[in-house]
Amino acid sequence: MTASPHQPLSTRLHHNVVLNVRRLPSYGHGSRSSQWWGIMGFCAAEGIGFVLAFGAYFYLVFINGVWPLSSKPPDIYTSTFHTALMLASLWPNYLARKYSEREDLLKVRRYLVIMSVLGAALLGLRVVEIALLHTKWDHNAYGSIVWLLLGFHTLHLVTDVVNTIVLTVLMFTRHGHGRRFNNVGQNADYWTFVVAAWIPLYVIVYLFPRW
Amino acid sequence: MTQTLAPHDVALDAVPEPTRLLTGQPAGMPGVQSEADAPPDPRELRDDQVDGQELTARLARTWGTRKGIIGALSTVDHKIIGRRYIITAFIFLFLGGLSAVAMRMQLARPESGLIGPDLYNQLFTMHGTTMMFLFGVPIGEAFAVFLLPLMLGTRNIAFARLNAYSYYVYLFGGAMIWFAFMLNIGPDVGWFAYVPLSGPEFSPGKRVDFWAQMITFTEVAGIAVAVQIVVTVFKMRAPGMTLDRIPLFVWAELVNAFIIIFALPAVVTASVMLIMDRLVGTHFFNPAEGGDALLYQHLFWFFGHPEVYIIFIPATGWVSAIVVTFSRRQAFGYIPLVLSMIATGFLSFGLWVHHMFTTGLPQLGASFFTASSMLIAIPNGIQIFCWIATLWDGRPVFRTPLLFVMGFFFIFVAGGLSGIMLASVPIDAQVHDTMFVVAHFHYVLIGGNVFPLLGAVYYWFPKFTGRMMSERLGKWHFWLAFIGFNITFFPMHITGLMGMPRRVYTYLPEMGWGNLNLISTLGATMLFASFVVFLVNVVVSARRGALAGPNPWDAGTLEWATSSPPLPQNFDRIPVVTNREPLWAHRNTLPVVAGLSVENREVIISTATAGRADLKESSPEPSIWPFLAAIATTVTFIGSIFTPWAIVWGGLPTTITLLGWFWPKGVKEDEA
Ligand code: HEM
Repeated sequence: MTASPHQPLSTRLHHNVVLNVRRLPSYGHGSRSSQWWGIMGFCAAEGIGFVLAFGAYFYLVFINGVWPLSSKPPDIYTSTFHTALMLASLWPNYLARKYSEREDLLKVRRYLVIMSVLGAALLGLRVVEIALLHTKWDHNAYGSIVWLLLGFHTLHLVTDVVNTIVLTVLMFTRHGHGRRFNNVGQNADYWTFVVAAWIPLYVIVYLFPRW
Repeated sequence: MTQTLAPHDVALDAVPEPTRLLTGQPAGMPGVQSEADAPPDPRELRDDQVDGQELTARLARTWGTRKGIIGALSTVDHKIIGRRYIITAFIFLFLGGLSAVAMRMQLARPESGLIGPDLYNQLFTMHGTTMMFLFGVPIGEAFAVFLLPLMLGTRNIAFARLNAYSYYVYLFGGAMIWFAFMLNIGPDVGWFAYVPLSGPEFSPGKRVDFWAQMITFTEVAGIAVAVQIVVTVFKMRAPGMTLDRIPLFVWAELVNAFIIIFALPAVVTASVMLIMDRLVGTHFFNPAEGGDALLYQHLFWFFGHPEVYIIFIPATGWVSAIVVTFSRRQAFGYIPLVLSMIATGFLSFGLWVHHMFTTGLPQLGASFFTASSMLIAIPNGIQIFCWIATLWDGRPVFRTPLLFVMGFFFIFVAGGLSGIMLASVPIDAQVHDTMFVVAHFHYVLIGGNVFPLLGAVYYWFPKFTGRMMSERLGKWHFWLAFIGFNITFFPMHITGLMGMPRRVYTYLPEMGWGNLNLISTLGATMLFASFVVFLVNVVVSARRGALAGPNPWDAGTLEWATSSPPLPQNFDRIPVVTNREPLWAHRNTLPVVAGLSVENREVIISTATAGRADLKESSPEPSIWPFLAAIATTVTFIGSIFTPWAIVWGGLPTTITLLGWFWPKGVKEDEA
């Protein structure tokens, strides 16, 4: 906005310096950083998305009475293994976060590598899982909602796994210091959300139709 | 809290101890040496070392936007993006208005042959869609993008690159649907696109796909901006701005952002299911395969009712700002005003079912929802009471912005009355889908949003451009708009009660609706003329209006502490806030913070409630990647209308652009 007139500087209010922030830290961990709040905001919006999709699932159950319509329930073994692996990943995830706050580069690298490998494995399992759903999206409304739920969660999974791998690479380059530790912590928080969204999804998609 | 301010003899509000303005907490955990706590590089110039003109010029260079087309597309300056956002939303308002004028021309007399049924269907769909999604939601956010950082005393919005990206995505989504309309593939199923009408069976072709994809575009942008708003308000306030010193306008935008975060995912879910039913053969809404059409309606109205408040709540912020400034006193009932806004936010979600009265809910449910529909009148009433009390007890100055606020009071209360009628199930069943409903929601939407908006433009125009708008044209504009509006929409109540349905492209002379419709159309012409006066006023004033100076209205909030239009850095030094109306409390000398970098983009991050300075984070440099990412997103979304595989092959360029966006470049982004 430079094309238009600016009034002479003399009309500015006089400044009375009452505070000096020279020595403030240049970033902070956890909820001190602005990015953490941003991630929470997106988790809230996406979380609502999950809740609504769960709501839609039960709405369809309620409308139909019989469930899962004419299909047979999805394979439970792969998905249970997948869920167990998801839960297990919370531990290295926690450690990655913890060491990022200590700014311990070697340990952060180690746990990021573990998380990348786990993430890739989970993605692979997810493909198998989807193949064993025993229904297709265009089969009936049950198939549609199940595919929607899995698709929506897989989108989150892919996003976070890609993000983790990129961060891992980043931490092995000259950029791997300072503010980047912050990003590691935030990535870990987002992963926690991805796992947290999966648990009810697992119960609804895999356990509920067997009750 | 409510004492009258005698602006010229207020004592300087005491500046609290520095310990109450700073957290003083290191970044490193106990025993850990964090890079964040390293002493600042002594070679880096800071604003406690320079002053005056040199400081101004250096900061302007650091925070500036490069010249040329690449510079313009790379900008992350919230003022430039905010200005584009506002102008774009206004263009959509005008396009929506033009489609309304076309409809009114057609309805002016019975059996008119101007516009056929197919085009009429597209017109009301484009009108409603444009007004609700391309104007109503974005306009409130657009003002927030421009004004919030200024009002909160910071230098940019949170996640400035995401801000640029959101704007482009919104722009491309809106442009896409209007291009589709021009190619005669505009949607024609009403602004809420109910299934089964909008489903694959009854609406073959691409029309509805464009509609659904436009929703995905603009709502993604809307959610992203809402998150930016929340973070800016929570974490980027000037030191000393405690929760109870946040300007009312900012509160309104904050509540609005929360409603957006919680409501918009519902319509995205609905539109995604719809497009999947249409394109890949899912059965969400297909009763033959276990689906259900009402599922769509529930999802849609989970968003649709809060949507009305997404349109209304920013307007309450405009009204509060204008009322306070032109009454020359602090708001009467600041706390009740804030609480009512929050209550409105919550209640707006309780109401979605009232749109579905005629779908035959169980009796008890219906009475419950009637009650809660009426409940929302309470916080609205409290707000109106506080504004009137502020004006009553102040010394109101009737300039154009305040005139529009008066127009708002009148029209909005009238709309509320017809709304209370609609909120009772028996009446709703009678006038459902008639012109009565059209009259009602235009009283609420135009009264509740457009009038305050116009007031807001007159009010902040000097800040946006550095020049005043013409008062004389402003008065013409107001009276033409006010009278024209009532002539257009009041008669529709009557045509509605006489039985004229909405969404019909014509009617027979025997119905006896002709005269009233002609009156409505004449009123619409007058309303149209008022907008022409407005445009002339904007264009002429932007070039030749009187110079405004920093604070032409003698207002109290921080955006008026800086030059008009503000320089790229917003403030040469970040203010310290001691009062709800800082500029009334500190008339000559502003308490400020020093110590921020002059060479790098640094902003103060403060604590969420007490507003104590905690960190000095770096704020993003300009970058072309958000623009490229928006292009990649657009290609993916539009491609997906034609083949679902677009999601797959479009994913790669999108990922690449995102990598370019986030990968750190050079020392500036790395070290800060
Ligand atoms: C500027 C003056 C305006 C005029 C003259 C106008 C006129 C109209 C007319 C004639 C209709 C269609 C009635 C029918 O046949 O069903 C309509 C529908 C509608 N209008 Fe407006 N309108 C105006 C502004 C607005 C604004 C500012 C908004 C929202 C912020 C709005 C939102 C709507 C909606 C949501 C519909 C329903 C569309 C549908 O049926 O799908 N209008 N308007």
